[in-house]
Amino acid sequence: MTTSPSPAAPSAAARAERLTKVYGEGETRVVALDEVSVDLASGAFTAIMGPSGSGKSTLMHCLAGLDSATSGRVFLGETDLTTLDDNALTRLRRDQVGFVFQAFNLLPTLTALENITLPMDIAGRTPDREWLDHVIDTIGLRDRLRHRPNELSGGQQQRVAVARALASRPVAIFADEPTGNLDSHSGAEVLGFLRDSVDRLSQTVVMVTHDPNAASYADRVVFLGDGQVVDEIADPSSERVLERMKRFDGSRGQHGQEG
Amino acid sequence: MLRATLRSLAAHKLRLLLSGVAVVLGVAFVAGTLVFTDTLQRTFEQLFTQTTTDVVVTPEQEFQDTSGLGGVTATLPADLVDTVRGVDGMAKAEGIVFTAGVTIIGSDGEPVGVMGAPAFGSNWSDDPDLSPYRLTDGRGPAAEGEVAIDSQSAETGGLAVGDPVTLITPGPRVTAEVVGVFRYGTSGNLAGASIAAFSTAAAQQLLPEPGFTSIEGMAAEGVSQEELAARVQAALPAGVRVQTGAEVADEQAAALTEGLQFINVFLLVFAFVALFVGTFLILNTFSMLVAQRTRELALLRAVGATRAQVTRSVLGEAAIVGLLGGLTGLGVGILLAVLLQRLFALIGFELPSEGLVVAPRTVLVAVLLGLVTTVVAAYLPARRASRTPPVAAMRSDVALPARSLHRRAIAGSVLFLGGVAALASSPAAEGRQAAALVGLGALLCLVGAIVLGPVAARPAVRLIGAVFARSATGRIAVQNAGRNPRRTATTAVALMIGLTLVTAFGVLGASTTASTDAVIDDVVRTDYLVSSRNFLPFTPEVATAVAEVDGVGLVSAVRVAPALVDGAQTVMTGVDPATIADVLALELTQGSLADLEGGGLLVDDGQAVDLGYRLGQQVPVAFQTGPTSLRVVGTYASTGGFSGYVVASSTLDEAGLTPLDQALYVQASPGTDAAGLRPALETAIEPFPVVQLQDQTEFKAQIRQQVNQLLTLIYALLGLAVLIAVLGIVNTLVLSVVERTREIGLLRAVGTTRRQLRGMIRVESVVIAVFGAMLGIVLGLGFGVALQRAIADQGIRVLSIPWGLLVAFFVVSGVVGVLAALWPARRAARLDVLQAVTTE
Ligand SMILES: Nc1ncnc2c1ncn2[C@@H]1O[C@H](COP(=O)(O)OP(=O)(O)OP(=O)(O)O)[C@@H](O)[C@H]1O
Ligand SMILES: [Mg+2]
Repeated sequence: MTTSPSPAAPSAAARAERLTKVYGEGETRVVALDEVSVDLASGAFTAIMGPSGSGKSTLMHCLAGLDSATSGRVFLGETDLTTLDDNALTRLRRDQVGFVFQAFNLLPTLTALENITLPMDIAGRTPDREWLDHVIDTIGLRDRLRHRPNELSGGQQQRVAVARALASRPVAIFADEPTGNLDSHSGAEVLGFLRDSVDRLSQTVVMVTHDPNAASYADRVVFLGDGQVVDEIADPSSERVLERMKRFDGSRGQHGQEG
Repeated sequence: MLRATLRSLAAHKLRLLLSGVAVVLGVAFVAGTLVFTDTLQRTFEQLFTQTTTDVVVTPEQEFQDTSGLGGVTATLPADLVDTVRGVDGMAKAEGIVFTAGVTIIGSDGEPVGVMGAPAFGSNWSDDPDLSPYRLTDGRGPAAEGEVAIDSQSAETGGLAVGDPVTLITPGPRVTAEVVGVFRYGTSGNLAGASIAAFSTAAAQQLLPEPGFTSIEGMAAEGVSQEELAARVQAALPAGVRVQTGAEVADEQAAALTEGLQFINVFLLVFAFVALFVGTFLILNTFSMLVAQRTRELALLRAVGATRAQVTRSVLGEAAIVGLLGGLTGLGVGILLAVLLQRLFALIGFELPSEGLVVAPRTVLVAVLLGLVTTVVAAYLPARRASRTPPVAAMRSDVALPARSLHRRAIAGSVLFLGGVAALASSPAAEGRQAAALVGLGALLCLVGAIVLGPVAARPAVRLIGAVFARSATGRIAVQNAGRNPRRTATTAVALMIGLTLVTAFGVLGASTTASTDAVIDDVVRTDYLVSSRNFLPFTPEVATAVAEVDGVGLVSAVRVAPALVDGAQTVMTGVDPATIADVLALELTQGSLADLEGGGLLVDDGQAVDLGYRLGQQVPVAFQTGPTSLRVVGTYASTGGFSGYVVASSTLDEAGLTPLDQALYVQASPGTDAAGLRPALETAIEPFPVVQLQDQTEFKAQIRQQVNQLLTLIYALLGLAVLIAVLGIVNTLVLSVVERTREIGLLRAVGTTRRQLRGMIRVESVVIAVFGAMLGIVLGLGFGVALQRAIADQGIRVLSIPWGLLVAFFVVSGVVGVLAALWPARRAARLDVLQAVTTE
């Protein structure tokens, strides 16, 4: 089942149109994304799931302007990313996209606060104090702002990373397995915070995950398989997600749980 | 384990490349110097053997002069030649005239040949067994008014067979026709010296007394050199020296070796400075490789490698780099020697090229130097590697625990303060001791600074970085520079060493110039100075000609002569006691100038103290002509124009030395306008192109130029050390770009532009370079000042600090920082964002 693109839907924060991504040539040619079209609603929390190698990270990288498409188009808000050069893409990432990676999100030499304001510092802009306070209060690490990353727990580090992503009020936040390295408690902390940022700050969040429980925090789950969108579930519960994933295992005879 | 070492080497090829280059440059410098001087040595030895005969008879001299000032030309009576010819077993023999101070004037009116190189006059012999001269054009001179000249002089002087030529001799000035051009043995000339050969009768007129300077003979078939020499000795009266050709060749070679040794040491000092700087680069490379490989090393330890094995694997890697570096350095060094040879040929010092001498010693030295330097430099990182805890393999973000800088701070401060104390106390000490204190102080300070570097790095970087604190990327760059203080310090210290030396020499050079200026102002009281253009003494005819000029009130000549005093070879200055006080401020501390005539001796105050001379004391002195005894009649302050021993010129005459002047001080008579005198003086010296007329300003300019030439040479040689230090910065930056790939990826992901990233690397580079430059300039300034204070009583009494030059060094360091960042910054900016963030 394929989600058809609603033409120029005003509510889409990010959108892919027949997005294809091919790696390598000849024998090593891999089609990571095969004409994927998907709309990611503004102010919603979308989870992307699928077996390992199905193209989740690739899709996210393309949507976030970290990687270029082989063909097709990618929109962030109203901007067509496929028409931008490196400098414009860099500016777009700085001003309109927030990132959370699985690991290594923070610069070790900077304090938590400095890491949060990093994109704005790079741009030479003064952060909006009120918003920043709001974000910091939401992550609840006000007393740890002067600490360096190695003085924070993994969960706290990821929360700082999310705060950094939020601080510049991006059009969308992209998170690739943000809880992959965390225990369930820290994971819940980060996921709860992402959920909060959608509910209380109307942020758009796109998250790749392998964990059905993590996916249950989302408003919608999009399933990828072999570089194509194969299914989606609205208002997912962990049971329904798990159910759907089992079918992958059945049909593909392979485990989708490794990172 | 060996396989792991080799694999790691292969994996880090590129990263080891720059350390390799540092080793190559240092070793090449050393090897090049050795090859060059060995080649020179062999060339000359061959030349000497080619050109010596079986027996050489010379007048007995007190000692062999090595100063090259040629104070005397002793002769053998002409009739001895027949006696030698008559010796049983002598095939043939000939009288030889060979004397210094015969300058060939080129067609452009300028003396030919290399500045300062000796110029000889000789008699011509057609016999190839007895003469080293081989005609390449024309014929040998047969009559008065004919001359043959060496091919190098002919070339540089634009002279050919048939041309008229002017020659300046110790006696009268000579005009002759060039009838022949010859080579000296297989060479164009004798190591840059020019040779003019006359008929024997004409050549003998160059000598103070008729005769020959030596007699050389060939043995008949079956007679050995030793046997023949003994027979000649027996046949000749006392007062002559008979040597075999082999002995003469050895003697010449020994004198040459001594000269070459000096060049060798001079060049090698700079080569070792360069290598020393290179060790810092190597140390940094291995430290960083070890840090990057923490997980890998931990894994090795976890699966059972012992600490010693880990150490050995790192050292093994270093050994291979060192070995390759040493061998490559040897190759580059040989190329360097070829270049040097070409360069010498270019300035008229032509050498027969019979291939380079690459002695086994050179190969050994090159390879060992490369090996030892690298292994020693890699030792600390290797030890650190062995301390990697095996658990580090399980975690992704372990850094080896940073050791505290406390012990380092204390040790460094003690060393540094000790050095400062030694420097501060040096002016109070006397002579040698003062210089030794400065040396010790400088060494302690330098080592102290190297030890303190990492302690100083953080605050210094923050201070320098304040300039860049306005932008976020600037702040991050400065933080990166301060992040690993050891690495930053090691990188900066390499630059520091070069700049310390450059600055110290700069201060010393400026002080020397300023002091000489001051001395000339204070001491030289005359209007004009006449001196030799090629540093060789000149005929007293010049003094006569100058004295005859209308309006000249006074001409005072200064002479020099080699002498042995208390067995040590030195140079005696001969002055005219009646006039010297009018032209130079020669201030006697005790005694009187008036007593100088008739065997008196003046010594400078420093020597009087060092050697314990007392007024009235008899000092045994030997000139080349024979021993004598001189009486100390006074001591003087050597802050003036000269230092050392001073006698009356008449004393040199009495000793039988050829009267040749070194300098003339000329004063206008009272009431005459000194400036107006110039054209007449110029005319008077015109027949003597080897001398020049200078007023005080010109004289100062000439000395300044000489000092600057020497400084330029030293700067050029130190340039290599600075170059290696710059490579060190490039190296550190490239390695840290590699090390921080993920950080750079993250920065790019959150919106840092390529341009901003390049700027960051540049700022980091400039901060490191400026840190090193600041340390170096401050230290060098300290050393320079201390050195000047210590040798103030040896003539460098004015301290002059070349501020402009120091500012220039500082600015250049900043520029160097920018340049060093070019490549690393490009690499960083080119990193693929996606790959960078996903790198493990
Ligand atoms: N740089 C690359 N070069 C070549 N092939 C690549 C590259 N990056 C990804 N691929 C391939 O593209 C396909 C999709 O990769 P992608 O990383 O998007 O998968 P994923 O769904 O994120 O998997 P995982 O759950 O394991 O992270 C895979 O088959 C992968 O091998
Ligand atoms: Mg992935």
